Amino acid sequence: MATEVMAQAEESRTNYLTNGHTVKSWLLTLDHKRIGLLYLFSISIFFAIGGIYAALIRLELITPQGDLMTAETYNRVFTMHGVMMIFFFLIPSIPATLGNFLLPLMLGTKDVAFPRLNLLSWYVFMVGAILMLITIMSGGVDTGWTFYPPYSSIYSNSQVTLAGVSIFITGFSSILTGLNFMVTIHTMRAPGLTWFRLPLFVWAHYATSLIQVLGTPVVAITVLALAFERTLQIGIFDPKLGGDPVLFQHMFWFYSHPAVYIMIIPSMGVISELIANMTRKKVFGYHFVAFSSLAIAVFGFLVWGHHMFTSSQSMYAGMVFSLITYAVAIPSAIKTFNWTATIFKGSVSYDTPMIYALAFIGLFTIGGMTGLFLAALGLDVHLHDTYFVVAHFHYVMVGGAIIGYLGGLHFWWPKMTGRMYPEVWGRISAAIVFLGFNLTFFPQFIVGYLGMPRRYHAYVPEYQVWHILSTAGASLLAIGFIMPVVYLAWSLKYGEKAGDNPWMAAGLEWETSSPPPTENFTYQPVINHDAYEFENVKEIKEAAAKEAALQTA
Amino acid sequence: MSDHAAHVPGLAHHFVNMEQQKEAGTIGMWLFLLTEIMFFGGLFLAYTIYRAKYPDGFLQGSHLLSVPLGGLNTVVLIVSSLTMAMAVYYSQLGERKKLLGFLALTLILGSVFLVVKYFEYAEKFQHHLFPAHWMYNPAADHPPTQYHGQVQVFLWIYFMMTGLHALHMIIGIGLLLVIMFMAHKGKFSKQYNSPVELFGLYWHFVDIVWIFLFPLLYLTGYHVGGGH
Amino acid sequence: MSLFSFQIPFMPEQASKFALEVDLFYIALWLITIGVTIGIVIAIFVFMVKYKRRHNGEIPDQIEGHMMLEILWSVIPFIICIGIFAWGAKIYYQMYSEPKESLEIFVTGKQWMWRAQHPDGQREINTLHVPVGRRVKLTMTSEDVLHAYFIPAFRTKTDVVPGRYTTTWFEATKPGTYHIFCAEYCGTQHSGMIGTVTAMEPGEYQAWLGGGTNEPPAIVGERLFSSLACNTCHTADGKGRGPKLTELYGKQVKLNNGSSVTFDDTYIRESILDPAAKVVENYQVIMPSFRGQISEEQIGQVIAYLKSIGPKDGDAAAKPAATAAAKPAAAKPAPAATK
Repeated sequence: MATEVMAQAEESRTNYLTNGHTVKSWLLTLDHKRIGLLYLFSISIFFAIGGIYAALIRLELITPQGDLMTAETYNRVFTMHGVMMIFFFLIPSIPATLGNFLLPLMLGTKDVAFPRLNLLSWYVFMVGAILMLITIMSGGVDTGWTFYPPYSSIYSNSQVTLAGVSIFITGFSSILTGLNFMVTIHTMRAPGLTWFRLPLFVWAHYATSLIQVLGTPVVAITVLALAFERTLQIGIFDPKLGGDPVLFQHMFWFYSHPAVYIMIIPSMGVISELIANMTRKKVFGYHFVAFSSLAIAVFGFLVWGHHMFTSSQSMYAGMVFSLITYAVAIPSAIKTFNWTATIFKGSVSYDTPMIYALAFIGLFTIGGMTGLFLAALGLDVHLHDTYFVVAHFHYVMVGGAIIGYLGGLHFWWPKMTGRMYPEVWGRISAAIVFLGFNLTFFPQFIVGYLGMPRRYHAYVPEYQVWHILSTAGASLLAIGFIMPVVYLAWSLKYGEKAGDNPWMAAGLEWETSSPPPTENFTYQPVINHDAYEFENVKEIKEAAAKEAALQTA
Repeated sequence: MSDHAAHVPGLAHHFVNMEQQKEAGTIGMWLFLLTEIMFFGGLFLAYTIYRAKYPDGFLQGSHLLSVPLGGLNTVVLIVSSLTMAMAVYYSQLGERKKLLGFLALTLILGSVFLVVKYFEYAEKFQHHLFPAHWMYNPAADHPPTQYHGQVQVFLWIYFMMTGLHALHMIIGIGLLLVIMFMAHKGKFSKQYNSPVELFGLYWHFVDIVWIFLFPLLYLTGYHVGGGH
Repeated sequence: MSLFSFQIPFMPEQASKFALEVDLFYIALWLITIGVTIGIVIAIFVFMVKYKRRHNGEIPDQIEGHMMLEILWSVIPFIICIGIFAWGAKIYYQMYSEPKESLEIFVTGKQWMWRAQHPDGQREINTLHVPVGRRVKLTMTSEDVLHAYFIPAFRTKTDVVPGRYTTTWFEATKPGTYHIFCAEYCGTQHSGMIGTVTAMEPGEYQAWLGGGTNEPPAIVGERLFSSLACNTCHTADGKGRGPKLTELYGKQVKLNNGSSVTFDDTYIRESILDPAAKVVENYQVIMPSFRGQISEEQIGQVIAYLKSIGPKDGDAAAKPAATAAAKPAAAKPAPAATK
């Protein structure tokens, strides 16, 4: 009887979504789950803006003449594409949405360590983003997202200062999120949840936060210096004024290379969760996967010079940076092999999250391996600043980070909303994304080696065929990205009710209700086992019992 | 049930107990200071590179700064660190009056620093030594003409580093006022005093940054003599 | 090497000595990439089909991990990576080791064009004519923003940086016309900052050089040296108010702060634009800056002049870099004389 009462109470209990319906209850919420959704909503808009810019780029490049828009417009378009996607979508994508939503759930706590700071991060992010939108409306920036001086500081006629201020502010959002996560992981773990019982998603976020905390301040001071050089004309980076343009490159890449890992490591964390839960197997070599995230984060700080092999830095500096870069390749390889081994003798589900996870492994392998080309000194001299680089980082950023993000979004969607997305549509769109992506970016490897430099508005006619293929792929990719928006929105109202644990997954977040209550758990979770122990999942036990009963009948 | 935990004054609802809250605050503050180190680190890097590139300009430039005023500010900040440490000490003993007294002393010393800094800056502006291109126009002997460009580089590093430091001081004084208000309201006790302690960490950090800035900027050319 | 240079699909033409090795390296890396990717994809597909979830209640046997495997798939990739590093570093070393004997061309990047000046004085814009079979060294600088000089057919690329000189070299192997691209984003007409490099047989190159009426840069530089009144202080007898500059190029110079510096392109350029930066021992800072009065190209000409009055070949103090084509003014470069 007692359980019945409790079940009823469970039914009528308000969850985090129904706990307050006013706009104020969302805008002033301290609930990490709601803040995660605020981010989800905002970055989706910025992804759409970045996507429109991508479409314009691909349309322009169908013909070699550069006839759709002027060179000046095109330069602003590709810059805004990069800025939007990197600073306002990729960097916050997984940490600020899935990370915010899931970290306290996975740790068995009520919230992140500093909920007010968490909300503040979102506001800071939005202030930065609105400044960037103002930048766009007042003409945009034409320097490329790398803002290399002296072009950016002295010669450009676009809104560099405003954009710099926007990025400076947005950086603090990233720093605060990272700091909050690190403290949360250190101090808020549920009783019994030791470091090596943590889900790999948490390990990945720990490594990511480390980069955010250590790297972002450096880029903040760099863009600040750039803004000062531009407004006051003081010689920081422009040699005519006594500055050094290569210093900017060093300082910029000291952050911006690790920033690449801010984008990819959380995605790796998602993939670890997806593969374990979709095959019901412990992640093969848990410790290796966990530490490889940290290794990537730490080594990531030592390789920035590999963006500067042709920049006039010394030959020996180049060699050192190249060698350390190969050291980063090893932990990435370890992860890939361990994921593959996890599938071995598993119980493989073919649901959408698994399709995304497998797509990730394949695409990330190509993305990572082509990184070896670029880290190879003698070859990078030819490849640097060509479309080969463009293809490489899109394989990592789209094929890695975004695919992981989409996989994670599908996987945790029922937990976040309480509803299932339509599975068939999920699989179809995953397949379209995979095909469209490869068609878009694989030709760019070829045209890059043929010599097509990046950031070209017009190009020599012999490259056209590759650009046409790429644009065709981009159209397909756009369809693949629009479909989830439609069916996920549809599922909010019409989706099947999900239940607490639709995937029969292991993990603390699946033990609470879907959507979770505001305080996450109605009890204090105590953990006495490792991550990914599927024998403990009660839904699997029930299913097994049912099947056994059926068989005997 | 641990329902009563919610009634501990100063304990936020999402923490299990005071220790957890305090640990979170402490780690958080140390991490924040780490980001601050990286933040200033970029400027220290720029300092190192340009000093190696323009050694003479840096010597000449440092003569433009007033060692007595900088020295005075150094002493002021070191003493303020002491008063801050005393404030933390008395907050842990739960002695509200002494806590408030030492916080007030810290506030006064911090303000003195900023006032002195204001006069230093004003003097630079008067002599057209602010490195912005429309303003930078040093008098004939000051600095020697051939080093104009190099000294300008020194001066932007000076203004950016000390300006950023002063900004931290201003933020620090704002936070100090909040802490004093809380102390006045009697929010702190033997059990709950971590905001004072954490603010103390921040204050010491800002102090330490100055301890680096003073010799690097003011004393660089001191051994060579005044030059003029 | 022309024996091996055949047109491979998906590759730009191989027209320099580096091209073949870079291409082989590139192909090798693709073979590794494809091998690894196919291996992983096959493994995934086999596992997916073989271990498809049969029923909802199943829990597969758990495998914690396997130490030996972990070591294997860390160590083997590591060894491969070191191999790739070594191969890449070897090519890079060749590209960055300046050749002893070379034809030196001075290149200036400017929004949005490439200017080149040959040792014989011939100038060109957005084109570059080079002889086949001879090492060509480009000394480059920019008048405004960053650029990068990229010749895909030669597999070379170097950033062109304002305020400093960068160099690159190549040896064309096949006559023809190839693209020059600016590869470092430089503003509105970045994609228009392109041109062509024409590799010619040495004879044709000589004929092409003869087509112009330009003076060699060293001669122009000598005229600049007197028209800018450099020679009033930097007298040849060493008794002027400035140091004597003859017989100096490539040597070490002692400075008034105790350190020393090589009297090379970078130092000459710095001293013209910022005379106070590094002052020679026992001299006063009295030289005015020539910033704004002299273009990058003219600085290059003054350097060529100082080089031409530099130490003779075989001088013990001269560095290899300085001896390379040290006297463009003295004699027409004689191709093929080096071998």
